[in-house]
Amino acid sequence: MKLFTVRSLTVKTITAGLLVFGSTMAYADGARFNVPNNAKWKEECGSCHIAYPPQLLTGNDWQKMMTSLDKHFGANATLDAADNKEILNILQGHAGSGDKHSANSLRITDTSWFKREHREIADSAWSSPAIKSRANCTACHVNAERGDWSEDGVRMPGGKRYEKD
Amino acid sequence: MNMFRVSVTLILLTSAGSVLADTPASLVAGYTAEAAQAAPGFTASTQRGQSFFTKEWGVSSKMPNCTVCHGKNLKVDGKHVVTDKRIAPFSPAANPERFTNAKKVEKWFKRNCTEVVGRECTAAEKADFIQFVIKGV
Repeated sequence: MKLFTVRSLTVKTITAGLLVFGSTMAYADGARFNVPNNAKWKEECGSCHIAYPPQLLTGNDWQKMMTSLDKHFGANATLDAADNKEILNILQGHAGSGDKHSANSLRITDTSWFKREHREIADSAWSSPAIKSRANCTACHVNAERGDWSEDGVRMPGGKRYEKD
Repeated sequence: MNMFRVSVTLILLTSAGSVLADTPASLVAGYTAEAAQAAPGFTASTQRGQSFFTKEWGVSSKMPNCTVCHGKNLKVDGKHVVTDKRIAPFSPAANPERFTNAKKVEKWFKRNCTEVVGRECTAAEKADFIQFVIKGV
């Protein structure tokens, strides 16, 4: 399967991804991980919100997600059976693993990985009208849809850059 | 040889079929024909389409009408009221991809009508709405 890259926040995630997929892809300054080059996944999972990288939940969580699309965080996002199956396969083929990528709520933002990555973000920033919701990745990761999740690519509301330690 | 020619022709026809795109006008025509089965003489109305688009359905608290996500100006981006995701313009003049895939159009009518209108939309409503989007009022 063809893959293209998304810059990620953690080297660990990337390394794991590269090991799992046996990719020989090079990475330069930051870390990268693979997201599916699959038009159906991108279209169906990326219409109402961005198509979140499958690595950010476990395969088991994605299965629960895809079998409860009729109650998808308040919306009915049901797909036909063939599309559902194709997309679940894609998600599971790229899924993350371990408790840190799992949440009972099935919200990526409730995983311990997400919380740790965003621990420096003040509650006041999250409640900004320009962000609205923790699920609104592109409010700060302004180039995420083009695959850039790097800290250098972060712009906080008002244009402020992410300050590194 | 004949079989070969038949096969080639079939392959060409099949690929042409999958490449031929729907157009906004062909979708209006299709929905109009469907609506006319129940109401002979039906023709699409831009005025009814506009009323449909701006109507306060009041079924969903977050999405009481179409414009909360799609905006009132058909030629500029909308923004999903819950997620803030950009929504490409309705007008084919601003967004040539719009109304060029019947399956996609059906999917979104079904999903959004159920959410906002509280039921699936009729063929007449779909014909009116697309007519409104492409012709204006």
